[in-house]
Amino acid sequence: MAQIASITLYQNDEARPVMEAILQDNPTARVLNMPGAVKIDVDDELVINRATVEEKLGSEWDPQQIHMVLISMAGNLDEDDDQIKLSWKH
Amino acid sequence: MAPTKKMGIKQKYAHLTRGLDWETTYEKMDDVFPYDKFEGIKITDWSKWEDPFRLTMDSYWKFQAEKERKLYAVIDAFAQNNGQTNISDARYVNVLKLFLTGISPEEYQAHRGFAFTGRHLRGVGPRVACQQQSLDELRHFQTQCHTISHFNKFFNGLSEFRTMHDRVFYLSVPKSFFDDARTAGPFEFMIAIGFAFEYVLTNLLFVPFMSGAAYNGDMSTVTFGFSAQSDESRHMTLGIEVIKFLLEQHPDNLPIVQEWVDKWFWRGFRLLGLVSMMMDYMLPKKVMSWKEAWEIYFVEAGGSLFKDLERYGLKMPKYHEQATEACEHISHQLYGLLYQLSHVTGLHAWMPDDEHMDWLSEKYPNTFDKYYRPRFELWKQQEAEGKRFYYNGLLQLCHTCQLPMTFTEPDDPTTTCFRESEYEGQHYHFCSDGCKDIFDREPEKYISSWLPIQQIFQGNCGGPTIPDVLAYYMFGPNDGGEYVGSEDNKLWESWKNATTKEAAE
Ligand SMILES: [Fe+2]
Ligand SMILES: [Fe+2]
Ligand SMILES: [Zn+2]
Repeated sequence: MAQIASITLYQNDEARPVMEAILQDNPTARVLNMPGAVKIDVDDELVINRATVEEKLGSEWDPQQIHMVLISMAGNLDEDDDQIKLSWKH
Repeated sequence: MAPTKKMGIKQKYAHLTRGLDWETTYEKMDDVFPYDKFEGIKITDWSKWEDPFRLTMDSYWKFQAEKERKLYAVIDAFAQNNGQTNISDARYVNVLKLFLTGISPEEYQAHRGFAFTGRHLRGVGPRVACQQQSLDELRHFQTQCHTISHFNKFFNGLSEFRTMHDRVFYLSVPKSFFDDARTAGPFEFMIAIGFAFEYVLTNLLFVPFMSGAAYNGDMSTVTFGFSAQSDESRHMTLGIEVIKFLLEQHPDNLPIVQEWVDKWFWRGFRLLGLVSMMMDYMLPKKVMSWKEAWEIYFVEAGGSLFKDLERYGLKMPKYHEQATEACEHISHQLYGLLYQLSHVTGLHAWMPDDEHMDWLSEKYPNTFDKYYRPRFELWKQQEAEGKRFYYNGLLQLCHTCQLPMTFTEPDDPTTTCFRESEYEGQHYHFCSDGCKDIFDREPEKYISSWLPIQQIFQGNCGGPTIPDVLAYYMFGPNDGGEYVGSEDNKLWESWKNATTKEAAE
């Protein structure tokens, strides 16, 4: 069984560009919609690129702003100025 | 002069956590940090600690302030718009009662626990993370009180939550869990709460519960819940970092950590039994079954996690198969117990209607119709005959998890599971192998547990009669018992029938 890297975000306008960016950059992503929340699963590794979020949002986005829309996650986290990565790869 | 380049987050975090600390000279380091050695955990290099969020204090304050502003705007709007009249059904309020009496006080205990580890761990990185978490947990306690206080204006069973938490028999389940963690050393506390609770189990509590609140029209609770959950992601990260750090630091740490993981997994699983009952029975509109939540958040997410930790030699927690198997049963067994005892609780209970029973059959095809539906139908029939069943005795509790002995044998759902240990000439009783193992590992700790039923027998709970004990618990006369016909039920009906009345009345 693959290890699942996952992120759960608010179901709201602030989170939507982040969700769209994840779906674009992780083509195998699976989405579970729940009332108020959306869970996105990817096998082994999930990435969020600042550039993609900015393109969806049409303005600047600091990866740390993820804290405003984040509900939960799974995977080893690595975050820098350009990318957030949740991964089980070593 | 060349313009200085803005620091990146890695650099900023490095400045926060490196070189901030110093080796003490007036006092010995071991006197300054007296608690981080007795558990046997060996740390060779604290500077290897990494917080992957790299959240510096300035960003922390900025984000937390923004979360608070947003949350309180929603709480105000909810009150102003009489949001309590728009929930799915007043039965939903039971979920809030259980949460406020059983979970919010544990947020406060978590605050105290992380304040302790935030003082007593020797490395700066984990100290900063623990201090942030300590503040988060205090915020969770406060925002939950503020949010739910609005419901307290209308519904019973909420007003004395602090006293209830300290005294009531079923609330000793969460209380003793956190008491146990807080009376352990700082590393065990980090594995208990940081890793086992926050990383492995907290999703099962918060995500379906908050999603349930959203689905049942409780906008204010969704908002505090997800606002707290956004901190939770940081807490989960701290939990996974702490376990990796301990396992990387020294091979001698592995057996100690494994024992803690086994213990706290089982304690957490038992504690979450209360959540299973809430999800399958108390939410009028359901988001997912307990079993489905367990599949997603333990079998799938926990499976991925433990596969990752295999490289350190860490194994899946002991009895995890038993736990997964028991998920077919625990919500039905615990709700059945609550139904029989609701007159001595601060909660209402009711029998599920036909539609709800069918949902349970669908979600639990292997067990519900076979073992639980017949029991529930009998109770319904007794209700129809005016003989609503209440159990009027004192229950035997498991000495470890403090739940009543209601769970069944792992391979036989028709036989109640009893385990026993003897220590210094006394007998101690347990609901499961997991709970017995925990006691046997540290009997001298658990013999001092405050067990609420034993305390009644010893005369420490207000007196010998049921009314004496209920007064000691500070239950109001309408807090518990059957939902149908209760004050909460009547209030709700009056709201539903009031659509044509004038608002000013
Ligand atoms: Fe919390
Ligand atoms: Fe937490
Ligand atoms: Zn037990």
